[in-house]
Amino acid sequence: MIPGLPLPSPVLVAAGCGGTGRELAAYAPLSTYGAFVTRSIALDPRPGGPPPRVVESPSGLLHATGLPGPGLEGFLASELPWLLQQGARVVVSVVGATIQEYAEVCRRLGRAPGVAALELNLALPDAVAAGLLDAREPFVAAGVVAAVARDLPRGLPLLVKLRPDVLRVVEAARTVAEAGADAVVVGGAQPAALPDGRPAGLSGPAVRPLALRCVAEVTAALPDLPVVAAGGIADTADARSFLAAGACAVQVGTALLHDPTTAARIAAGLTEEPS
Amino acid sequence: MTPAPGPVHVTGEVLATKVVGAYTHLTVVAPDVAERFRPGTFVALSVGETTGATRLARRALWVHQVRPVGGYGPALQLVVEPVGPGTRWLAALTPGSRVEVTGPLGRPFALPKEPVSCLLVGEGYAAAPLFPLAERLRERGCAVNLLVAADDEAHLLSALEARRSARAVTVVTRDGSVGMKGRVADVVVGVLERSGAEVVYAGGRVATLHAVAAAAEDAGAWSQTAVEQPLACATGLCHGCPVPVVGEDGVARTVRACADGPVFRGDRVRWAELEDRSA
Ligand SMILES: Cc1cc2nc3c(=O)[nH]c(=O)nc-3n(C[C@H](O)[C@H](O)[C@H](O)COP(=O)(O)OP(=O)(O)OC[C@H]3O[C@@H](n4cnc5c(N)ncnc54)[C@H](O)[C@@H]3O)c2cc1C
Ligand SMILES: Cc1cc2nc3c(=O)[nH]c(=O)nc-3n(C[C@H](O)[C@H](O)[C@H](O)COP(=O)(O)O)c2cc1C
Ligand code: FES
Repeated sequence: MIPGLPLPSPVLVAAGCGGTGRELAAYAPLSTYGAFVTRSIALDPRPGGPPPRVVESPSGLLHATGLPGPGLEGFLASELPWLLQQGARVVVSVVGATIQEYAEVCRRLGRAPGVAALELNLALPDAVAAGLLDAREPFVAAGVVAAVARDLPRGLPLLVKLRPDVLRVVEAARTVAEAGADAVVVGGAQPAALPDGRPAGLSGPAVRPLALRCVAEVTAALPDLPVVAAGGIADTADARSFLAAGACAVQVGTALLHDPTTAARIAAGLTEEPS
Repeated sequence: MTPAPGPVHVTGEVLATKVVGAYTHLTVVAPDVAERFRPGTFVALSVGETTGATRLARRALWVHQVRPVGGYGPALQLVVEPVGPGTRWLAALTPGSRVEVTGPLGRPFALPKEPVSCLLVGEGYAAAPLFPLAERLRERGCAVNLLVAADDEAHLLSALEARRSARAVTVVTRDGSVGMKGRVADVVVGVLERSGAEVVYAGGRVATLHAVAAAAEDAGAWSQTAVEQPLACATGLCHGCPVPVVGEDGVARTVRACADGPVFRGDRVRWAELEDRSA
């Protein structure tokens, strides 16, 4: 359970994998999901990086999108109202080039009616290439969280998405929790490279065992910290194994890009008795 | 006509396969996809076995025809050119195979309100969506002229069928094995002039579409181009398929090939940028 964020289903749409919401809504109502995590929103509009942005690799996808997005104003003006109107519980993923930008975007989202929670994206596998803050050091991550938490309206839950570095994820989780995170998102995309050598994230079934290890380490070390799991979750059995490892919810990303009905099917599957 | 409802994700069945020249034609029944299809929209198919599939990106295919098949309702005719692992797998499907189909995806060709003269330009398998388009245009009383192109005869799509469905047909191949020898760019200005077309529709390589869009603009015609880019999800979710365009407001933007396209107004695409990267 994440304090302040009731989830009617433990299945969330992972950041950057639900389009603007409109495209996913064609396959199942957005209210089907525990929450819809938006693509990561920065202060200013971002065109995104050069192609190829998303490339197939064995059991995974490599992505270096450069986080294309409408910027905060554009998001508040068009995407957010539409998502809310659809009955989606909207968790806004936030990125920034500096600590101040993270804080600024979060402050303004905190005043926007309807936002269910914020998710700080501190897990950018291609941060430097995308011109964004690289929070690979846990103390940098904690610095961002502290700056954001200071100005956040009461009651707005703050999730923090961590780099899925097995060796340091517990340290990172502990420091961001101490800095004010209400929950952590653990698993995410592994740092990798596109065939041309550009930094990218690797996600999909290929990263599932790594994500599970990260989740298990964090839940064992910090049993009171709510953990949302992400990484290669593609069916109900996968979701159950992450929940069994102590996660309170799961995010589905790459599987949606392969089959846009996956998360809805997992959400339905979890309500049935395990066979 | 009711507005086209959104796409669906279904398990389809391959009813028939047929090798024609360099292509494999697949007949696929995919419940509710065919009914929603509009010319210019496309479908995305999963490749590999459903269990343990390691290929996550789905393969996009144009819809060539929608035809009723006895006892099954309307079926999709798809034309596959086996070029890589995904399309080779698709081309090797046998009747009775099941395949996951998502569609119809993307925005279709816009149809003219008046019965005007149209020129349809198609290169290789990308001529596929022009055939159902030709039918729709003729229903609206438009004169349909076709320019079908390919590298060689084996890659020429249904030139015979084209003759049945159009007022005038021009065929051009790179190697001259059938029709005129040359590229679309070499002949499109002349064909456009002779047809007197006010609207041009095109599918093919980026360089070809660029040439067609430029010729249309010079002739004062309106153009609609079906742009192919590598698609990872094909459904608009991943933002992985950027196309540089100029918006209605004159501002340069990057949009998604799959969800904001695949059909774009020819005068809105920043072709030089798109060509640079495919070079
Ligand atoms: C809207 C649209 C309609 C299409 N219609 C047809 C059709 O009717 N018949 C047909 O034979 N082909 C069609 N294609 C091209 C076809 O989807 C690609 O050739 C195919 O995806 C390549 O897959 P592969 O595994 O054979 O090759 P690979 O080169 O191994 O593909 C690897 C990856 O690159 C992507 N990719 C590579 N080249 C292309 C390309 N030219 N276009 C899109 N993705 C690419 C693939 O999706 C895959 O993710 C269409 C493409 C688009 C975008
Ligand atoms: C195309 C693509 C775009 C993504 N964009 C974002 C993003 O904007 N913000 C973010 O925090 N994570 C982003 N991710 C990472 C996913 O949210 C998810 O954490 C990761 O892919 C692992 O889960 P999965 O294996 O289920 O995809 C993206 C992933 C993909 C494949
Ligand atoms: S391929 Fe994913 S948005 Fe176009």
